[in-house]
Amino acid sequence: MNSVIINLFYLVAALLFVLGIKGLTRPKTAVSGNRMAALGMLVAIVITLLDRQVIHYEVVFAGLALGALIGALMAAKIRMTSMPQMVAILNGLGGGASLGVAAASYLSFMAAGNELSSTTLIIANCAVMLAVLIGTVTFSGSAVAFGKLQEILPGQAIGFSGMKFVNLGLLLASLAAVFLLITGQAGIGGFILLVTLSLILGVTLVMPIGGADMPVVIALLNSYSGIAAAAAGFIMGNTVLIISGALVGASGIILTRIMCVAMNRSLLNVLFGKMAVPDSNSIDADEVYKGKVTSSSPDEVSMMLEDAQRVVIVPGFGLAMAQAQHAVRELADTLVSRGVIVEFAIHPVAGRMPGHMNVLLAEAEIDYDAMKTMEQSNPNFSKTDVVIVIGANDVTNPMAREDKGSPIYGMPILNVDQAKSVVIVKRSLSPGFAGLPNPLFAMDNAVMLFGDGKQAIMDLTAALHEAA
Amino acid sequence: MEAFIILLSLFALAVFLGVELITKVPPTLHTPLMSGSNAISGITIVGAILAAGSGDQPGAIVQLLGFVAIVFATINVVGGFMVTHRMLKMFKRRA
Repeated sequence: MNSVIINLFYLVAALLFVLGIKGLTRPKTAVSGNRMAALGMLVAIVITLLDRQVIHYEVVFAGLALGALIGALMAAKIRMTSMPQMVAILNGLGGGASLGVAAASYLSFMAAGNELSSTTLIIANCAVMLAVLIGTVTFSGSAVAFGKLQEILPGQAIGFSGMKFVNLGLLLASLAAVFLLITGQAGIGGFILLVTLSLILGVTLVMPIGGADMPVVIALLNSYSGIAAAAAGFIMGNTVLIISGALVGASGIILTRIMCVAMNRSLLNVLFGKMAVPDSNSIDADEVYKGKVTSSSPDEVSMMLEDAQRVVIVPGFGLAMAQAQHAVRELADTLVSRGVIVEFAIHPVAGRMPGHMNVLLAEAEIDYDAMKTMEQSNPNFSKTDVVIVIGANDVTNPMAREDKGSPIYGMPILNVDQAKSVVIVKRSLSPGFAGLPNPLFAMDNAVMLFGDGKQAIMDLTAALHEAA
Repeated sequence: MEAFIILLSLFALAVFLGVELITKVPPTLHTPLMSGSNAISGITIVGAILAAGSGDQPGAIVQLLGFVAIVFATINVVGGFMVTHRMLKMFKRRA
């Protein structure tokens, strides 16, 4: 088919992607937006298949069929609590695909025996190496992120204080390999070395990052997978790859920024800072909690809830761990049926990826209008009778607001302590990811409801029904 | 070189468009945004099809790399759009 027509259809595909993302800006238009983006993809694939260059259809269709089967199975089977793992896999495969395309292009350039004379070829070569570097780092980095999220690998930070120098060394070595490859001083051996170095770099970059910082890593790898796709687009001068890659790259960068702001940390601090912070100014947990923590029972809490007008539920990663979203919905429904106003206050970094809690609550059929952001929730805590914190810890820690010496000082938190009463559903007084005790637990208006999140909430709902 | 500058301009403009669009996505939809944009980054499938299906390149390795890239990108595309649809339907239910 004529290349002009092909490129016009690529433009149509790119416009459909833009409209699709635009649809995602409102829950009501989001489903049709996603459909539009999928239609754009279909247009791009069909028009590519009609391209005159494509001859070996059996290989192409075998790949499409196998990929579609695996993709559909994954999408249908994955549990909503495991969505961060799913996104990690998708990020990694995106990076892997860009690596595959770049490597194939490199080999065919070699086979064609082109001399490095024309600028076009130099630019294409630069794009190949860039796609290889970013695609490979995305691939192995996502594999490590998946391992951590799936708890195959230990969730906490692994590494040593000199890790950043190792990473810097690996990056410099990779860039040197890129330079030698572009200038034609290195051949296929150099190419394999570049892939190997990038694979290791992806691992050593993500390894030292701990569980609660995963939202940043997932968002960043998302961005990388987009940039790798755009780089692959530069190899063959393909406009739709460049536009879509740029859109995805921008999306990932914005989410990364939002996550960093929500933790009051710079991206560099998230990526490289954690190892350098031992508990130098650690606060003794016993001192904070001793004799001040009140343990409560489902019956007592249900009595508090009976007099409440306004209840706010604060979910955290513990909610996902306990699979407690449906139990929470039951509790919320019970309260709403008695005329209580129930809202959900969601911190931007709650869970293991951006928007993780919202998806879980939506799965339990909780109305998205009841899900409030930190900015929407904070002014209303003082008007709230009971706050129920489920599996969240650091994002409610008042030290972030008050204790200038604390490592989390300055991080925006949910000011749950301003409510009349706070109920914290938690297994024990163990610290959150920041490793700090939470003075909230010892406050006069706070009680602890110890136990498994799901069971505790079910007991609470049962107690409410009994009392009625 | 000129072609490259045009492509670079396209890239830069698309980044800005992306930033403008995505800052408007509410936090509630951030997870579907990630899986959906992931599916879009599966557009490398176009490059993969051309790499695996082109006739003028003899190498079996090139074809194998193209094939693997097609499988990866298709998982990305099909899995990404389907799982996004599954999530978004849940948000729509009570709307």
